[in-house]
Amino acid sequence: MHSFLRGLRAGVPIGLGYLSVSFSFGIMAVASGFTWWQALLISATTLTSAGQLAGIGVMAVPGQYVSMLISQLTINIRYSFMSLSLAQKTAPSFRGIKRWLLGFFMTDEIFAVASAQEQVHTAFFGGLSVAPYVGWTVGTLLGGLLGNVLPQSVMDALCLAMYGMFVAIIVPRAKGSKAVAIVAAGAAALHGVFYYVPLLKAIPSGIAISLCAIAAAVAGAYFFPLREEQEDAA
Amino acid sequence: MKDFWPYLLILAGSTYLVRAIPFAALQKKITNRFVRSFLYFIPFSVLAAMTLPGALYATGHVLAAATGLLAGSFFALKGRGLTFVASISCVAAFAVQYLLNATA
Repeated sequence: MHSFLRGLRAGVPIGLGYLSVSFSFGIMAVASGFTWWQALLISATTLTSAGQLAGIGVMAVPGQYVSMLISQLTINIRYSFMSLSLAQKTAPSFRGIKRWLLGFFMTDEIFAVASAQEQVHTAFFGGLSVAPYVGWTVGTLLGGLLGNVLPQSVMDALCLAMYGMFVAIIVPRAKGSKAVAIVAAGAAALHGVFYYVPLLKAIPSGIAISLCAIAAAVAGAYFFPLREEQEDAA
Repeated sequence: MKDFWPYLLILAGSTYLVRAIPFAALQKKITNRFVRSFLYFIPFSVLAAMTLPGALYATGHVLAAATGLLAGSFFALKGRGLTFVASISCVAAFAVQYLLNATA
């Protein structure tokens, strides 16, 4: 129980952050034609920022199932690595069905907090997941319902919250690692090409993002392979 | 919204499996250096490609969005956390938008 409460407390700042960010997801989803309950359902079943944002983009056009799958796998493959990494740090009793259930909550921020633990217990990870999940779903619900009420200028500005979160994840790591900075800048520049060049513009956004991200990460792995001591930092 | 349910199934299902399968089933450490390096970079390249240039068109004005992103980057560099950076991006964008609307 103590472990659960400790996790619960550690998750509160993440939950507050998610509340504001998912608020903007709710607004964006409703603005692009979803109902409030559809937005809520997406957040409650998926619990991810970048994937959901790309997801509602793909969903705007019916029938692009392959595009959806490819973009989701690329955007979310980082979770596999986080799961692999955290799987090496779990307490012996944290296994089997517990992992199948709690694996759902592997977000960037939950992973970041959990991986700072010496050993990750089931109760701690469970407690840690509560506030982020509540924040993410409640924020989406509020954004979806209030999005229509708020003035356009406020809604416009709030749409930037999700991107602000991405900035908050990328920038500190880019500051500490030139390789991360170059890979991130390369991915953004490449996506700029896909975004503005006439023929390439026709490619669905989910696939364009996947291609750019994979190309930049492959180049990064080729030119800046990790040294042994860097690996734990990943 | 046409095709909502099949889309939701793919979105939620693939996201869950990508998280849970490695967590529950695969216990072995990946040793291949290239693969590890690729996986190390992929979160940042994905988020960067999602942010630019898309974020520039997320608000009413490109200038407002750009200011918001710059303000966020500045405070992220200063070591401020997720909530603060996300909030300041919105506030800065709102301020610029307000000024642009006032002068227009």
